Amino acid sequence: MNKIVIENLSIDYSDGTESLKNISLEIPENSITVLFGPAGGGKSTLLRTINRLNDLTDVKKVTGRVLLMNKDGTYTNVLDENTDVIALRRRIGMVFARPIVLPLTIRGNLTYSLELLGEKDKSILDNAVIRCLNQAALWEEVKDRLDDPAAALSGGQQQRLCIARSLVLEPEVILLDEPTSGLDPISTGKVEDTLQELKEKYTIILVPHSIQQASRTADQAVFFLQGELIEYASGKLIFTNPQDKRTENYVEGRFG
Amino acid sequence: MTTVFRFFSSKSTTRLLIQRLGFGLITLIAMLTVFLILSIVIIIVIKGLSALSLEFIFGFPSNGMRSGGIFPAIIGTIMLTILTSIFCAPIGIGAGIYLSEYASDNLFTRLIRIAIINLAGIPSVVYGLFGLALFVVALRFGISILAGSLTLGIMTLPVIISTCEEALRSVPQSFRVVSYSLGATQWQTIRRIVLPQALSGIITGVVLGVERAAGETAPILFTAAVFYLPRIPLSPMDATMALPYHLYVVSTQIPGIPENIKYGTALVLLILVLGMNVIATWIRSRARSQRQW
Amino acid sequence: MGNNKGWLEVITTRLIIISGYSAIIFVFLIFYFLLEAGLPTIRNVQLTNLLGQRWYPIEEYFGLLPLIIGSITVTIGAALFAVPVGIAIAIFIAEIAPSWARNILKPIIEVLGGIPSVILGFLGILVFAPYIRRLLDLPTGLSVFTGALLLGAISIPTIASISEDALDAVPRSYRDASLALGTTEWQTIWYVTLPAARSGVLTAIMLGIGRAFGETMAVMMVTGNAPVIPSGLALFFSPIRTMTATIAAEMGEVATGSTHYQVLFMIGILLFLIELVVNITASTVVIKQRKRSERILS
Repeated sequence: MNKIVIENLSIDYSDGTESLKNISLEIPENSITVLFGPAGGGKSTLLRTINRLNDLTDVKKVTGRVLLMNKDGTYTNVLDENTDVIALRRRIGMVFARPIVLPLTIRGNLTYSLELLGEKDKSILDNAVIRCLNQAALWEEVKDRLDDPAAALSGGQQQRLCIARSLVLEPEVILLDEPTSGLDPISTGKVEDTLQELKEKYTIILVPHSIQQASRTADQAVFFLQGELIEYASGKLIFTNPQDKRTENYVEGRFG
Repeated sequence: MTTVFRFFSSKSTTRLLIQRLGFGLITLIAMLTVFLILSIVIIIVIKGLSALSLEFIFGFPSNGMRSGGIFPAIIGTIMLTILTSIFCAPIGIGAGIYLSEYASDNLFTRLIRIAIINLAGIPSVVYGLFGLALFVVALRFGISILAGSLTLGIMTLPVIISTCEEALRSVPQSFRVVSYSLGATQWQTIRRIVLPQALSGIITGVVLGVERAAGETAPILFTAAVFYLPRIPLSPMDATMALPYHLYVVSTQIPGIPENIKYGTALVLLILVLGMNVIATWIRSRARSQRQW
Repeated sequence: MGNNKGWLEVITTRLIIISGYSAIIFVFLIFYFLLEAGLPTIRNVQLTNLLGQRWYPIEEYFGLLPLIIGSITVTIGAALFAVPVGIAIAIFIAEIAPSWARNILKPIIEVLGGIPSVILGFLGILVFAPYIRRLLDLPTGLSVFTGALLLGAISIPTIASISEDALDAVPRSYRDASLALGTTEWQTIWYVTLPAARSGVLTAIMLGIGRAFGETMAVMMVTGNAPVIPSGLALFFSPIRTMTATIAAEMGEVATGSTHYQVLFMIGILLFLIELVVNITASTVVIKQRKRSERILS
């Protein structure tokens, strides 16, 4: 089943730059879909469109549909103007390229999204904290200092905290935009392992920060070049046997 | 760059001489200015210190201001200051939040900014006229602490708005983006993340703005201040004595006042104003060291 | 969650938006009340009177010329003093002083900016004016000269802080490039850095002059009490009266609604309009730069 179906999505920015050109794509559920390609390809824009974070930027025109599958099997168009954007964002977790921890304690970072909903029950909050830190493989390292400021953690720990934070509301989809850029190889490995575990419950869309990461993690991979979707195939195939010449050039490192 | 090349050909010794003279002159000017500022403070302290006693601070003026204390003026200034901050802080902070978080970059916003610059530049005596016309006469508050504080409040508004906006803008945008991605509304994001982080900057701005209001004379000349009050003001509808006005009066209107009483009054005002400055600076530096980004 | 939270948020957002408009509302309010009280002047006082050279309200002489000239002369005098000194201090702090000196100097300048003008006027009248009188053997120390110096001192912090911010904002690379070409630091300051900071320094000067023009108490206390147009070379050492001082000095003794009252408000309108023009020019002509807001308004 496809968790997300994108139909003819085009996005223009106010300064005239065209960011996405007529993208059509299907994202299967409970898998890792990787969007890769050189900078400026529109991958980040696509991620931010899915959870409507693009609303914060200077977007002039958006056409097309982005359909998100609901629990009952129907689809909702994310881009519809009647969509409850706040509720939508709760269904989708996001992890950014730089670890952005909120200026709160470790616990505060995790309980933030529940507190926004008015949740005050200490046991519910604590359970969420424990669950998500475990899912992000961070529990052992921080369990004794949950009330320390999150800013005191190392870069790798902060990023795993951000992953844990994105899991608190038990979203259906997790979007990760170069989550391991700036992390050391060990932390990167831990994050990639975590993703493999998470895909059993969540649909994951990942923008990798290297081709190697793409080929390590992808169940499906999509190649983007300057706002266009060039090629789409299963993880193994696209890197060993790319169909399009441009994909082949990028995969072989001839540009990028 | 051609002007620079012109000097390529002059001898380096001449150029260095010019530099020495120039730097020397500028340094001299700077030193003289510092000397001037320090002497101002020192004169007031030296000549006024002898007047500072418990009776001076807590007593009432007697013998036509020639002896006794300045308590009513001190209380008056404190009351004016507190009431001023009550009026201008909420509106100023609200406007700062609006400009930083809600306003888009259109003509209307630019008009608001021009209006703020305008308010900031209006001479203080013109504020006094406005306060007289609106609060004292039209709204019939009469000469009162209320009228004076409202006038001072509007005068202080631009400072508060600007510092508040700047404090909010200095909070990294990434915090807001993360908050939204977790399903927060704009106000939730402001209330839980942005405002707490900007709070010390905002408070600094309020203190500095109000400090300036405390030392102003012209706006309260026709709106709040009276020459003599036999008791301390009991309600905002009372007129009051105030330190800046009192200083003006004792230095220009009444002959025969002992010098140290005049300097003592100046000293008390100076301590009040500079004291607020010190508090604001302390808040600012403490916040800087505790910053989480 | 519940509708409760939505309701509170809507109200708060509304209040915030209203606060945002408040500045515009207040500007109009101020202008309206000034006009309401001052415009009747045009009906009640002849133009020839207003443009006359005698300001003697008791006998219905409302010549604004001495007051306007008084304000202008004192402000020009203050500018002549404050602009070079202010810029010199800015150059010193931004370019010449070592960092320990900078950390001491900046707060001290801010102290000057924070001293209430009535205290400076007080010192002016008690210390400075008598000193000038003795020094230059004048009939009185209360004059344009003393006023200009005092006003200049009040404007220096504004000019110095904003200019210093502007100089500070000039990229390091400009200086480095100039020095690499073999110029001295002095030449770099005058031919590279200062021109690059030109718009900020111009803003600083305009705001400083604006501050001087609008100053009331200090000027009132040290320029004497003579709303006349001084003549000849003695100009600088004669007492005069500024527009601001006139309002402050005479408003207390004036009956609400009388012609004198209306004329004083008229002067207020003039001050408001002049300041409006100066500030709008300063903000539109000049390119936007980072400002430390507390300093601008000190």
